[in-house]
Amino acid sequence: MTGTTDTRAAAAALALGDDALVLSHRLGEWAGSAPVLEEEVALANIALDLLGQARVLLSLVGDEDELAYLREERAFRNSQLVEQPNGDFAHTIARQLYFSTYQRLLYGQLASGDGPFAGLAAKAVKEVAYHQDHAEHWTLRLGDGTAESHQRMQRACDALWRYTGELFQPVDGLDLDLPGLETAWLDSVTAVLGRATLTVPSGPRTGAWSAGAGRQGLHTESFGRMLAEMQHLHRSHPGATW
Amino acid sequence: MVTMTALEEELSRIAGSVPDPELPVLTLEELGVMRGVHVLGPGRVEVSLTPTYTGCPAIEAMASDIEQALHRHGVPDVTVVTVLAPAWSTDDISEEGRRKLTEFGIAPPRPQGPAGGPVPLTLAIRCPHCGSTDTELLSRFSSTACKALRRCTACREPFDHFKEL
Repeated sequence: MTGTTDTRAAAAALALGDDALVLSHRLGEWAGSAPVLEEEVALANIALDLLGQARVLLSLVGDEDELAYLREERAFRNSQLVEQPNGDFAHTIARQLYFSTYQRLLYGQLASGDGPFAGLAAKAVKEVAYHQDHAEHWTLRLGDGTAESHQRMQRACDALWRYTGELFQPVDGLDLDLPGLETAWLDSVTAVLGRATLTVPSGPRTGAWSAGAGRQGLHTESFGRMLAEMQHLHRSHPGATW
Repeated sequence: MVTMTALEEELSRIAGSVPDPELPVLTLEELGVMRGVHVLGPGRVEVSLTPTYTGCPAIEAMASDIEQALHRHGVPDVTVVTVLAPAWSTDDISEEGRRKLTEFGIAPPRPQGPAGGPVPLTLAIRCPHCGSTDTELLSRFSSTACKALRRCTACREPFDHFKEL
C-alpha cells in the first residue's frame, strides 16, 4: 500500500492503529502488579499482539515511532474506551470484553472484504479470538464468583458501558456494516453477561449522555497522563537507541 | 507458484535451515514461516517471511539470522520482507516439526482445518512428558503468545502447549 495509500485509508489505519497502541500500553501498565503471575503473562501477551497490530497499521500511515511518541493528545484517533484507566482487575476485564468482542467482529468483516486491511485482519482475527476467550472466561469467573467479585464486575461493566457506543460510529475510510456489527456485539456481550449472572447495563450508549469523541481527537482526562508516561523517555532522549 | 531456479532452491534450503530463535529445536522451514526466496540480481536476494503472530518479536531475530546465513554463503545483499497474507497457521508446522516440539517438551498444536480460532478445550491434549491425555489448562497465555500453560494430572508436570492458530 506504500505510495498509493489514499488519505481515507490512512485515516482508518490511524483509528485502528491507535486503538491497538493505546490498549496495548494500558495492558502493559499491569506488568509487575497483576493479581497472579499467569495473568501478568496473559495481559502482557495480549498487549504484545495489539502492539504488533499497531505497528503494521501505523506503518501504513508514516513512521511508527514518530506517530507513537511525538504526536500530541489531540492527534490520537483511538476510541475513548481503550484509554480508560485499568482500574481494578474487573475494570480491565470489562474493557477487554467490550473491546475484544468488537475487534473480533470488526476484523471478521474486514477480513472478508478486499480492502487494504484484509490481510492484517485475517491474521489478527485469530489472535483476537483468544483475547475474547480470555475476557469471557474472566467475566464468568468474576460475575458468577463471590458476592464481592460479582459486585465489582457489575460496577466495571456499568462504568464502561457509556464508552461502547463510539465503537459503532462510522470511521472514515472503512466500509463496514455498522448496524450488523453492533447487533452482533450486543448479542454476544448480552449472552456472556447473562451467563455470568450480571445485568446488562441500562445506561445510554449513544446520545448526549454517552461518551466518545476519541475518533475526532477529543480524549478523557486520564489519557494525557498515560501519553506523558508513554512518550517521556523518547522525548527526553531524542534518537536514542539500545 | 513461480518455479524456483536451482540457485533459489539452494538458498531457500540454507535460509530455511536457520533455527527458530525462541524454539531452537525447530528450523524456520519446519515452523512453516518461509514464504519464498527470490534472486533479484547478481548477489542480491530477497527472502519473504511471515510472522507466527502479528506482534511476534522473534521476527526481527529471524530476519537477521537469515541475513547472516546467506552472507556466510556469499550473498552480499540480502533483504528480508515480512508478508502477512495468507496468514500463518499452526497447520503450517511440518510433521517433523510437531515431532520435535513434543521431544522438546511442548505439546504440538492439534490440526484444525480452515476454521481457525480457539478449539474447544474438551479435546484431549497429550502430556509431552508421560503421554497421558489427562491434562488441564492453567492459563491461556504462557511464556509466549503462541503457547498456553497446562498441567498433566497424571505426572503432575506443567508443560507448554502450542496453541492452535
